[in-house]
Amino acid sequence: MTEPLLDIRNLSVTFRTEDGLVRAVDGVSATLQQGETLGIVGESGSGKSVTMMTVMRLITDPNATFEGEVYYKGVDLLALPQDQIRSIRGAGISMIFQDPMTSLNPVYKVGWQIAEQIREHEKISKQGARARAIELLTSVGIPNAAERVDNYPHEFSGGMRQRVMIAMAISCNPDVLIADEPTTALDVTIQAQILKLIRKLKSDYGTAVVLITHDMGVVADMADRIAVMYAGRIVEQGTQRELFYDPQHPYTWGLLGSIARLDRPRPRRLAAIPGQPPSLMRLPAGCAFAERCAYRFDACETQQPQLLDRLGTGHLDACLLSEQRKHAIRTRTVEPELVEETP
Amino acid sequence: MLAVLTFIVRRSLWTVVVMFVITVVVFFIFFKTPGVDPARALAGRDPSPQVLAEVRQQLGLNRPLWIQYGIMMKKIFITRNLVSYSDQGELIIPEIFAAAPITLSLVFGASVIWVVAAIVMGVAAARLRGTIYDPVLMILALIGLSTPVFWLGQVVILITQVKLHSSIFSWVQLGYTPLTQSPVKWFEGLIFPWITLSILYIGLYARVLRANLLEVQNEDYVRTARAKGLSERRVLLRHTLRTSMITFLSLFGLDFGALVGGGAILTEVVFGIHGVGFLTWESLTNLDLPTIMAVVIYGAFFIVLANALVDVAYAWIDPRVRPT
Repeated sequence: MTEPLLDIRNLSVTFRTEDGLVRAVDGVSATLQQGETLGIVGESGSGKSVTMMTVMRLITDPNATFEGEVYYKGVDLLALPQDQIRSIRGAGISMIFQDPMTSLNPVYKVGWQIAEQIREHEKISKQGARARAIELLTSVGIPNAAERVDNYPHEFSGGMRQRVMIAMAISCNPDVLIADEPTTALDVTIQAQILKLIRKLKSDYGTAVVLITHDMGVVADMADRIAVMYAGRIVEQGTQRELFYDPQHPYTWGLLGSIARLDRPRPRRLAAIPGQPPSLMRLPAGCAFAERCAYRFDACETQQPQLLDRLGTGHLDACLLSEQRKHAIRTRTVEPELVEETP
Repeated sequence: MLAVLTFIVRRSLWTVVVMFVITVVVFFIFFKTPGVDPARALAGRDPSPQVLAEVRQQLGLNRPLWIQYGIMMKKIFITRNLVSYSDQGELIIPEIFAAAPITLSLVFGASVIWVVAAIVMGVAAARLRGTIYDPVLMILALIGLSTPVFWLGQVVILITQVKLHSSIFSWVQLGYTPLTQSPVKWFEGLIFPWITLSILYIGLYARVLRANLLEVQNEDYVRTARAKGLSERRVLLRHTLRTSMITFLSLFGLDFGALVGGGAILTEVVFGIHGVGFLTWESLTNLDLPTIMAVVIYGAFFIVLANALVDVAYAWIDPRVRPT
């Protein structure tokens, strides 16, 4: 295996708050290979955005402390001085955000905002940057880009603004594109278009993508590998196939079980995972998910499960249940549905 | 382009309507307050019967109401021969026009100082947030905000004209010299009134700007700007400050208008600058109602004008409110 493009090692992020320490990210490790798509899935507050914001060094809160390393092309981003991280941001690694309605500056023309980024990283004339902006807008599917380049963000719809954001993010041919819930604020048809666009750019430019989402449907469509996060930790990590056809962690089962399926009779109500995630200020001594887990046993309350390769295939999970027990449970509950889908 | 023109024309027409309403309201307050004889009120202290009759005749006080209003407006806006009965028949409108450039000089200079100083202080405080300098700057601003102008003015006079006049401040000759006559003297005479007047506004604007910058700093588009790899300096100046100026500017327009309209009364009186504020104070002490009325209308005019200019500037600084 070649050296990964992005290598997050044992990353922890802690925020000091008035009520105590909040451990938003707790020992997360993940890698991203050239041209690969990594999906990070989890519910709100699971630490997926904080992890990637930390990679970009975008957390400015003076009360945040960071531990661990993030290697990008062999350089630890967390140890870089401000002016060097700036030359990577936007050029080597770029990011698109959840809400396109507020992510663009309302007082500047979109073309200017794209050109601003290009001019920050490359020696290029104003006209040159503007021409590039028009090209980029065309490539992300904005009709009449030559005219639209002089429009302000409020003159675009949400989906179009997200396209502008994507055009901006790819303007300097980054190696890594981090997409933080890129479709959450958009309606469903637009979501599909945006995902299609990201996939197209990925194949055109060979950009590696980190896709943060809470939507299993989105990663099923997009990701090569998937990491499932819960309460600041990765609880399961594997290839897309492994996660969908052989999920090991009860939390992943819960996530999969809560998707509506078009190929079976509509259930009266969607299955949900009962309860609430634990407070990041008072994490339990044992498994963070134990409280909500239907299959917990005594050890879950006391022993913190490590993220290990329990199957010996590179498919990691952090659940104390034995492999046989998991298999038995899944045959009873989750498995029948999944088995039929296996070709 | 056409949309912009229509916008400006519509806005100007609206300004005229507001001005009309103001003159009507002012007219009613001065002429139709129940139980007050307008002739007696306007004629100054202890008028003789001849003067009273003259006032009645000149202002048409025994004719219908709308004619009274018409005569008054004609005297203010067209013939400009409204006289002050308590001030030996002085013509009021030329007096105001003579005072206006003095007030304008005072307010203009002060506003330059306060805008620059407030931006520096506000940006510094926001940038140094989390260090001791932020609260220190904000306490300074609060002190500036709560220092009474009349007291501060007296202290400034005491220092520059009495205590240290023979040494450091020998060049300070308080008093107004027109800019066209001698720019140096104009500056020397007004620099301390400028500072005195601006202290309050520096405090106010620095605090408002800091709060606004901190608010904008949390906006998604500032995070985007940072994610683009821009320098902190550029993020602050081109993205955070640029949008914060929208609030700053609207506040500025209103304060500037109010000050030019006579709001700098305390500074003018303390420093003996014979501007519109001084005129107001003089006519208040003499119960010179015609002058007060004219000054009120003049002040309202500037506030309305400033409002209109703010609206136009708004469209210039914020593309979202631009007419399309």
